[in-house]
Amino acid sequence: MEKVHVEVNRCKGCGLCVEFCPRHCLELAAELNAIGYHPARNHDAEKCTSCALCADMCPEGAITIHRKKRSKSA
Amino acid sequence: MRDEDIAVVEEMECVFSRPEALTDKAFHYCPGCTHGIVHRLVAEMIDEFKLMDRTVGVCPVGCSVLMYDYFECDMIEASHGRAPAVATAVKRTDPNRFVFTYQGDGDLASIGMAETVHAAARGDRITIFFINNGIYGMTGGQMAPTTLIGQRATTSPSGRDERLTGAPIGICELLSSLKGVAYLARVPLTSPKNLKDARKHMRKAIRAQLEDKGLGLVEFLSTCPVQWKMEPIAAMKHIDENVVKVFPPGVFVDCVGDLQK
Repeated sequence: MEKVHVEVNRCKGCGLCVEFCPRHCLELAAELNAIGYHPARNHDAEKCTSCALCADMCPEGAITIHRKKRSKSA
Repeated sequence: MRDEDIAVVEEMECVFSRPEALTDKAFHYCPGCTHGIVHRLVAEMIDEFKLMDRTVGVCPVGCSVLMYDYFECDMIEASHGRAPAVATAVKRTDPNRFVFTYQGDGDLASIGMAETVHAAARGDRITIFFINNGIYGMTGGQMAPTTLIGQRATTSPSGRDERLTGAPIGICELLSSLKGVAYLARVPLTSPKNLKDARKHMRKAIRAQLEDKGLGLVEFLSTCPVQWKMEPIAAMKHIDENVVKVFPPGVFVDCVGDLQK
């Protein structure tokens, strides 16, 4: 399962998620989506910490964030 | 292999998704417009306070005129500027309802100024979410009462002239003198930190109504990248550098207080 799931055809390519990602692991794709924009995508899942700041700034509500379940003892 | 895959899937948990109070319909707003962010924040609040069954939202006229398509709760469309009057009627008819209005600056600060001021003066138990982007977005970028001095709009092509059209109206400053207002705050929507502040303000503005204290209003300093003729990120920087000097963020009235822990 992806950490950052962008609903490709909801994204309007405004770039706010790219700007506010503290680890710079988002970018706008070169190809177009069904509504004619360059959608955002996570190009570096290794660096991503699932902080959800990209989803917080997304005006379309197009981003869903998953992260590894944290163990209660830790 | 397959068992391991399932184990990995089970370890993931969802930490952020679209709020339940929003429908699946895609927003019609321009790329980078902060209306989408505020819609999501309002929906998050409805989910958080578990108000879905008793919420009535009142839509404005402006870009967000179609917002009833995006919310699962009951919505009413008011005539231009009259959302606080409609909300007052709903709240007085059925006080158990949670009633909010969602208005832009052309709607709330221009044609609806009388309704806004009088709803605040009466202290009606409604919550107003006020989107201030300093311009009429939907109708083509005309000057609004909140347009900054020197800002270009289609009706002020060489920049707003204070001598001719006056200075921008600060709604929070204006309403802070009225006794009926229980919570009044202004917040820019320019970073995740500010969104966190916005959620704090919205919680208190909602509690002002639910705890029967008075009217709650949160003003969001928003962007209009298309009519400002800026990129979405440049528009956010413009708010941080210029707009906050004219409209300083902060809490103007707080009669709600913090929750006891």
